[in-house]
Amino acid sequence: MARNHIVAAIGIGVSMLFAASHQASAQTKIGAVLSVTGPASFLGDPEKKTLEMYVDAINAKGGVNGQKLELVIYDDGGDANNARTFATRLVEEDKIAAMVGGTSTGATLAMIPVFEEAQIPFISLAGAVQIIEPVRKWVFKTPHTDRMACEKIFADLKHRNLTTIAIISGTDAFGKSMRDQCIAVAPKYGVSIAHEETYGPRDSDMTPQLTNIKNAAGVQAVVNTGFGQGPAIVTRNYRQLGITVPLYQSHGVASKQFIDLAGAAAEGVRLPAAALLVAEKLPNSDPQKPVVVNYSREYQQKTGQAVSTFGGHAYDGLMILTQAMQRAKSADKAQVRDEIEKTKGYIGTGGIVNMSPTDHLGLNLSAFRMLEIKNGDWTLVPDAGS
Amino acid sequence: MAEFLQFAFSGLTVGAVYALVALGFTLIYNASGVVNFAQGEFVMLGGMSTVFLALAGMPLPFAALIAVVVAVAIGLVLHRFAIEPARGAGPVTLIMITIGASIFLRGAAQIVFDKRFHSLPPLFGADPIRFGGAAILPQSLVVLAGAVVVVTLLWAVIDRTLLGKAVIATAANRLAARLVGINTRRIVDFSFAVSAAIGAIAGILVTPITLTSYDVGTLLALKGFAGAMLGGMGSAFGAVVGGLLLGLLEAFSAGYISSNYKDAVAFLVILAVLFMMPQGLLGRAQVERV
Repeated sequence: MARNHIVAAIGIGVSMLFAASHQASAQTKIGAVLSVTGPASFLGDPEKKTLEMYVDAINAKGGVNGQKLELVIYDDGGDANNARTFATRLVEEDKIAAMVGGTSTGATLAMIPVFEEAQIPFISLAGAVQIIEPVRKWVFKTPHTDRMACEKIFADLKHRNLTTIAIISGTDAFGKSMRDQCIAVAPKYGVSIAHEETYGPRDSDMTPQLTNIKNAAGVQAVVNTGFGQGPAIVTRNYRQLGITVPLYQSHGVASKQFIDLAGAAAEGVRLPAAALLVAEKLPNSDPQKPVVVNYSREYQQKTGQAVSTFGGHAYDGLMILTQAMQRAKSADKAQVRDEIEKTKGYIGTGGIVNMSPTDHLGLNLSAFRMLEIKNGDWTLVPDAGS
Repeated sequence: MAEFLQFAFSGLTVGAVYALVALGFTLIYNASGVVNFAQGEFVMLGGMSTVFLALAGMPLPFAALIAVVVAVAIGLVLHRFAIEPARGAGPVTLIMITIGASIFLRGAAQIVFDKRFHSLPPLFGADPIRFGGAAILPQSLVVLAGAVVVVTLLWAVIDRTLLGKAVIATAANRLAARLVGINTRRIVDFSFAVSAAIGAIAGILVTPITLTSYDVGTLLALKGFAGAMLGGMGSAFGAVVGGLLLGLLEAFSAGYISSNYKDAVAFLVILAVLFMMPQGLLGRAQVERV
């Protein structure tokens, strides 16, 4: 009995000692504002889990430059106003060294002025090209842009000699932005847009729009820009009406859920997507294969959920940041920023990143893979030579 | 002609759902004077509960039945614990309560179910029926048939039974109904339960076509409310007509005018109608006795 007490006392003492030393050792604070709840939660939730998982892993190995990382996460609930409030709190109260996250484009754009003013390196996880164009000194991002998705689709169209297309787009921010980008880059690939339709993000029937596309003369392929349930319904209605020309979806629906929802109608649909989705199917010669396979295994093991590209963006953001800190040998904001900008040949889940003072994204079209849905699963389409 | 048929069927399918939601609005409005903005959540509950019960291994018809029971139970709870205690409050307060309830139900659904989209297998397969150049999903016909059955049953109950007479009496004058011995609280309970059931049935029937998620209710409530207003708030027949009309308007303006403006066109027509006939297409004019 008495011995047990002594053991317990020693145990408590040791743990107190650890706690004390834990507090004494300097910490590097990394901030994150993510849409963990709300309409964009399917983006923010895997991002949060990924950040927590890998910050723990890094700390278990002794942290960065001998300093443990401390992650401060706030949930903006999908509201850009909240994001801005939390950004200010991260700067003024938490005094973070660097920032990863900003789930949505709206939240990111709202937070940019805060971090630009405070001169804190900010790696966004949101899609739109406006975040890094024009280049802002302190702002970087990891996800590929919708313009790149358009270019990937058009390269594939060109490869198949399909040059006259129709676009059907969702009227939500994602669908609209990608539609605009597609229309902007279409001439570069010799693609002409013969017909255009839109649908509301919550619409449940797109047969009228698709009937018009079906009747439009000369359409050789249809591109649907949108995410959420809209593209699944477009795909179902597309088959319902018996339209036979190829259908392209965007990277916005690159998840298994899309195949589940669209069912048999999804057969033959093509879409650009990150390598992460087809991790196990990549050829062994692919430089990204070890990274994406490892990340998806670890994520699945820890969370029991299937990987999404969004968590991958968070992984890339954290790795780019911590590697820059290692190269800078400190958490000094200006030095870390310079090192992030010098990131070269970082192989991440989103692609191979080569940043420069004029490119704060650093990905090229090879980051996207063209996929085709066959037998209810993804298959890699041989590269069209973008 | 083929397009016309295609648009018409698209409009009728979507309109049938709006009609059922509008019917739910009307029932509760008639019995209690409350505009229940949580009506869309009943549709969500029907669809989502069925999906998750089916995922848990329950046979589909049984899952659908339980889902309706769940929705009815929640409808009753909504009435007893949210609406009834505030019975003396003004209409704006009551509307706020129902909006609050709808936000609560959405939030709860996010936790109890999940935040993803879900689908159900269609009753008669997914192969479209070709008819006059148009392609119609068998499930669309199921939705339409379901709407007809629900409306007919409701009419039979309201028009042919003592219970129905009590509902009409309560709707006409609550105090007078109470004076002749009608338990008006029970009657309002009944109308909440039936509204919830109708919403849930609509949710189950359309999920194979429109998919469902925790937040499908908001838009449906808005469209259903617009349908009910168009048809004339308080008229069951008007609700059905208004809902169908709204669906058709959307489909035809998307098809013939522009998909960019389809919602605008639909709402413009509603505005125009209400401007000329403030009581709606089939609503009774309100006579205020001074």
